[in-house]
Amino acid sequence: MTLPVRSRVTAMAAVLSAAGLAAALAQAPDGEAILRRVDENIGSDNKVTTSQMTIHARRGSRSVRSKSWIEGRTKSFTEYLDPPREKGTKMLKLDDQLWTYTPSSDRTILISGHMLRQPVMGSDLSYEDVMEDQRLVALYRADVIGEAKVGDRPCWVLELTSRREEVAYHRRKIWVDKEREVVLREERFAKSGKLLKTTEVQRVERIKDRWVSTRVVFKDALKEGQGTEFVLEAIEFNASIPDHLFTKASLR
Amino acid sequence: MIRFLLKGLLRDRSRSLLPFTTVVLGSMLTVIGFSWINGAISSMIESGARFSTGHVKVMSRAYAREADQAPNDLALAGSGSLLAELARDHPDLVWTPRIKFGGLIDIPDENGETRVQGPAAGLAVDLAPGSPERGLLNLDRAVVRGRLPEHPREILLSDGFATRLGIGPGATATFIGATMYGSLVVHNFVVSGTIRFGVTAMDRGAIVADIRDVRTALDMEDGTGEILGFFRDSIYRREQAAGVAAAFNRRHAADKDEFAPEMVSLHQQSSLAQTLDFATQIYSLLLLAFILVMSIVLWNAGLMSSLRRYGEFGIRLALGEDHGRLYRSLIAEGILIGLVGSIVGTALGLGVSYYLQEKGFNLGSMLRNASIIVTDVLRARVTPVSFVIGFVPGLAATFLGKAVSGIGIYRRQTSTLAKEFEA
Repeated sequence: MTLPVRSRVTAMAAVLSAAGLAAALAQAPDGEAILRRVDENIGSDNKVTTSQMTIHARRGSRSVRSKSWIEGRTKSFTEYLDPPREKGTKMLKLDDQLWTYTPSSDRTILISGHMLRQPVMGSDLSYEDVMEDQRLVALYRADVIGEAKVGDRPCWVLELTSRREEVAYHRRKIWVDKEREVVLREERFAKSGKLLKTTEVQRVERIKDRWVSTRVVFKDALKEGQGTEFVLEAIEFNASIPDHLFTKASLR
Repeated sequence: MIRFLLKGLLRDRSRSLLPFTTVVLGSMLTVIGFSWINGAISSMIESGARFSTGHVKVMSRAYAREADQAPNDLALAGSGSLLAELARDHPDLVWTPRIKFGGLIDIPDENGETRVQGPAAGLAVDLAPGSPERGLLNLDRAVVRGRLPEHPREILLSDGFATRLGIGPGATATFIGATMYGSLVVHNFVVSGTIRFGVTAMDRGAIVADIRDVRTALDMEDGTGEILGFFRDSIYRREQAAGVAAAFNRRHAADKDEFAPEMVSLHQQSSLAQTLDFATQIYSLLLLAFILVMSIVLWNAGLMSSLRRYGEFGIRLALGEDHGRLYRSLIAEGILIGLVGSIVGTALGLGVSYYLQEKGFNLGSMLRNASIIVTDVLRARVTPVSFVIGFVPGLAATFLGKAVSGIGIYRRQTSTLAKEFEA
């Protein structure tokens, strides 16, 4: 039996591309090594950031500005600056605990249990998402499953599988910029395989010898709306942050 | 012929008394049963309407699709102008806005730290003087401790919930929930009183608050989850409600926005409609079973009567009366008994039903808890149908009873009658 010329060419191309992919994957660095470098790039320095979150919900869009003081991966203090209704609201994260303070009620509330799954300021990010403080490599096993381009950037495609049951997302798929080693796209899945959240990095900038994602769109796949656009307005690395900021007393 | 039959029935009471008594009892019980179930269903409708569905309800289209979850992010905006439009176009209904909301009630300790928390289901209603809500929700009677809210930021908590939280009137309760836009809300209220609904689901953790306070807390300026409409005489009329809803929806059909208002009648709100249809079906089955049982009793009475009147039928046949005429006269006799018995039974049934409609049957001592969802006094309800429903089993059962028992007439052979008389 002989195949028509066109079919033979197609079959040969498929074999070659499969072989090429196999060869490329054979040359690909270890997934865990890539993930480790992603973790390192995200960094654990002290930093002070000012950012704006624009939430594109079904009823329209609204923006929330905030300033955050971050020490390592386990301590952060955020104060909301705008809009007026949210102004003065503060959040303190210490290890695995998260408190919020609202000036109108003068109450400090521990966010726990099912409240952790609630959206932060109505955005597509949950408190659980902002609580994630461990390195990805500590939470997930990583395998390189392919290569792809995000925009014009060549990326490694990694599949992350949780090492522990209590992790919020059982599986993740991330697209890591081969050169800059930042995540440009991400999909987060439940244990059932259902897509829960997506992330699209729209802008990456070089700031103080680091590649920093400065414009990111988060989308809760279970919600209607156009997602939440996060814009990093300013970032200061290795900032001096007074210790008292990371205490409950500083919330009031 | 009717006069002849009537004379026979009156003079020979042994052949009419049992069927007549059976028909009177059957008709009377049917009228009472119908009026009582009618009253119970009406109570369910009214209670469900007052607490949840209204006789009609206006929501945004997006909200209506997920109404079970009371999604306030999809609530109606501009409720003031919508209420004015409803009052202008449908003055025969009372309109009132409501917001259903959920979250946590957090009770602080002396340092302002969380002492205890519990999940809460809230209902925001217009508690201003002159609002129909106090009457609709029967709030004055539901108060167990303290009083109804009179000042801003005051709320009512269900009594069991307040007891579990260890608080009473005067305590500060912080509500933690989400605004219309999904932001976290931490809002302080003062408990003005506690209430008891007598419904487990509500008593686990209910909040009743003034809608102005809740709008402020949930960032819903001039917004509302639902606008409920009630006929001014408090009586739900299915067709009229459906007509009001259809007319309203026609006026807003051109607006394709998912947040445009949409009106649904009580029957279009799934669970209650299903319950009511189910209750009606059950009642129809009961009525059918009742007619069958009565027919069997009357058939039996007819058989006994036929045995006793064996000789009479034989003589009438021997005198030349044909089988068909005799059979028809027997059925006419049955219908006559059925008619008279139904009139008497219906009159007695209506008397009892009117009494139960006026006085009602107080279940308060059995339920102990006053309820705003299920009223403690159940009443019968007499409607035009109550006047005729008793005739259905009365006439149907006597007709069927006589028709079946009278078949034996056709088995009598004229040729053997002489032998029967000799014996």
